[in-house]
Amino acid sequence: MIETLQNLYLGFSVALSPSVLFYAFVGCVIGTLVGMLPGLGPLSGISLLLPLTFGLTPTTAIVLLAGIYYGAMYGGSTTSILMRIPGEAASVMTCIDGYAMTQKGRAGPALAIAAIGSFVAGTLSVVGLMLLAPPLAAFALRFGPPEYFALLLLGFLVLAYMSSGSMPKTLAMAALGLFLGMIGIDAMSGFFRFHYGVVELGDGIGIVPVAVGLFGISEILLTAGQSARPPIQRPKLRELPPSKQELRESVAPIARGTVLGFLIGIIPGSAHIISSFVSYAVEKRLSKHPERFGRGAIAGVAGPESANNSAASGAFVPMLALGVPSGPIPAVMLAALMVHGVSPGPLLIDQQPALFWGFIASMYVGNVILLILNLPLVGVFVYLLRVPYSFLYPSILIFCILGVYAVNESVVDLWIMMAMGALGYLLRKFDLETAPIVLGLILAPMLEMSLRQSLAMSSGRYAILLSRPIAATMLFIGAALLLLSLRPLFTSASDWRQHAGLEIPSTPPNEEK
Amino acid sequence: MRSSGSARLKKRNNAGPQAATAKNPGPNPPPPVAKIRNDHIAGLVLFCFALAIAWEAHKLPLGSLHEPGPGYMPMALAIVLGLLGLLVTLRGGQSPLLQSLHWPEIGHAGKILLACSFAALALERLGYRLTVIILLVFLLGVIERQRPVIVTVVALGFSLGTFFLFADLLKVPLPRGPWGF
Repeated sequence: MIETLQNLYLGFSVALSPSVLFYAFVGCVIGTLVGMLPGLGPLSGISLLLPLTFGLTPTTAIVLLAGIYYGAMYGGSTTSILMRIPGEAASVMTCIDGYAMTQKGRAGPALAIAAIGSFVAGTLSVVGLMLLAPPLAAFALRFGPPEYFALLLLGFLVLAYMSSGSMPKTLAMAALGLFLGMIGIDAMSGFFRFHYGVVELGDGIGIVPVAVGLFGISEILLTAGQSARPPIQRPKLRELPPSKQELRESVAPIARGTVLGFLIGIIPGSAHIISSFVSYAVEKRLSKHPERFGRGAIAGVAGPESANNSAASGAFVPMLALGVPSGPIPAVMLAALMVHGVSPGPLLIDQQPALFWGFIASMYVGNVILLILNLPLVGVFVYLLRVPYSFLYPSILIFCILGVYAVNESVVDLWIMMAMGALGYLLRKFDLETAPIVLGLILAPMLEMSLRQSLAMSSGRYAILLSRPIAATMLFIGAALLLLSLRPLFTSASDWRQHAGLEIPSTPPNEEK
Repeated sequence: MRSSGSARLKKRNNAGPQAATAKNPGPNPPPPVAKIRNDHIAGLVLFCFALAIAWEAHKLPLGSLHEPGPGYMPMALAIVLGLLGLLVTLRGGQSPLLQSLHWPEIGHAGKILLACSFAALALERLGYRLTVIILLVFLLGVIERQRPVIVTVVALGFSLGTFFLFADLLKVPLPRGPWGF
């Protein structure tokens, strides 16, 4: 405990330095804007700004990018509550009761509870990150290639099981992503795979053009040309404070959302999205007045908003402790670390204590900054939402082109971005998730390398995956999840989503008819 | 008697084809409505893509089960993807009907992709600023039909402003045109 406090002191000495503080502030502002503006989620925002961090130190780069990530969780609730348009996917559930509260003239309290819940969850989950990451990293030093292979395979199965869509479709998308990750040179044999003579593809497909294309460009293709948005309410500062009853009713959902979000955040997948869905379902199930959900229940705002912020911190646990990204956003942040010459993995915390603890401390600071930004300045941010979308999407498009080009100064990346944009458009039309593709792309090299190294270690025997207890345990859990997901095919049992009473919209959230 | 018979005959003649369907379906029954669903198409496309991957992967050294070569994992993925595609197709009965899918934005989307293609072709030839100006004029002026004055101001301002911010201040390498602009 004393060592942790000493490390935290080191962290705050880094986080409160002027340059780190400045970039934390910039990250939070950009994250709030990115979260608020439909069509530009945190993944696109982080991917676009990644090239700008090349000139920064590793600590300031990771602080800036993390600020965008959890800032987007705060900002996404604003459009959800005021306009019933989720700024980013994790705020879909907030739309339901948040907008209902706005219609009843309670927009201010809804925004306030969302911000307070986000702050509490964000702060407490950073404590969890601080306490969990170092011992997990120490445990992970026992991991070898078989354990990493089992972990990554388990990650895909958990992602598919927890996703809102069907498991076969999610796994198919993950397989597609894994295939994209195999384009380029094979690290073990030196063979070029699937590059068709294009020199730039020899290095493989970058994550930035794929992420920006699948999320940013596809969103623009789906939503450009939409009809005018509903009028936006602009709550005044004096209307923000919630009533005592609303505060009382929010305490338990915030607490539950924090714990739930953090635990789900550790699991690979689009944790911040899944956590908000699960939290909504739990609150509705536990509520004494479930009939209020959908009509302005404060728990329907407090729970999901707390969960998605907490999940954002939870996602950093495997990223920092194991060097394994639990989703596309941590993956881009890991890429940022690698560009700066920092090797992610279990040794990161010991070898780069200033970076790790500075990052942790900056998250505390960032949560305070966001609470200040999101409440008093909500009126300022709302002005931005009045910009007609016909002007907004061309700007976003140009930022996408600029950001993708700047990574490698390669026009091939622009073509990849466009192809992914068109693909993302079609996939979303056919109700196929795009996040597993990005996860597959990132994890493909690690998955293949760890399998081939495991077989090299065991002279070609697959039994090594079962003879090592940690790997065997993870594979057993994965197999159990697979069998559980197949159960509805053979019995009349419903899957966990139906049990939880989740109704997941099948059309993209921004599709207004 | 005669009037009731003729009344019955008149009634039968005026009833129309639907009255005949109970015992006689009629000479030209309506064709069955196609029940193709979204997942049928999605699964089929995935299966075909899996076949394509398998075809390309077999050109690489596969190695063996115990010593995988560079083609091993892609081939394994192709098999998994093919099976998943088949599963999605077979379970497709639960998905929405294909004809319920609407594409109101597809024209807009096509034009945007065309604009992006122009940007990819022109960026290193004309430079960032000129490309962005032309792109914004097309998107705002042609597609969105905004007023020319607004289009001009936004196109020039955005192009020059972002170039100054990113290239001059933040040192992001953005291409310049043949005239240094």
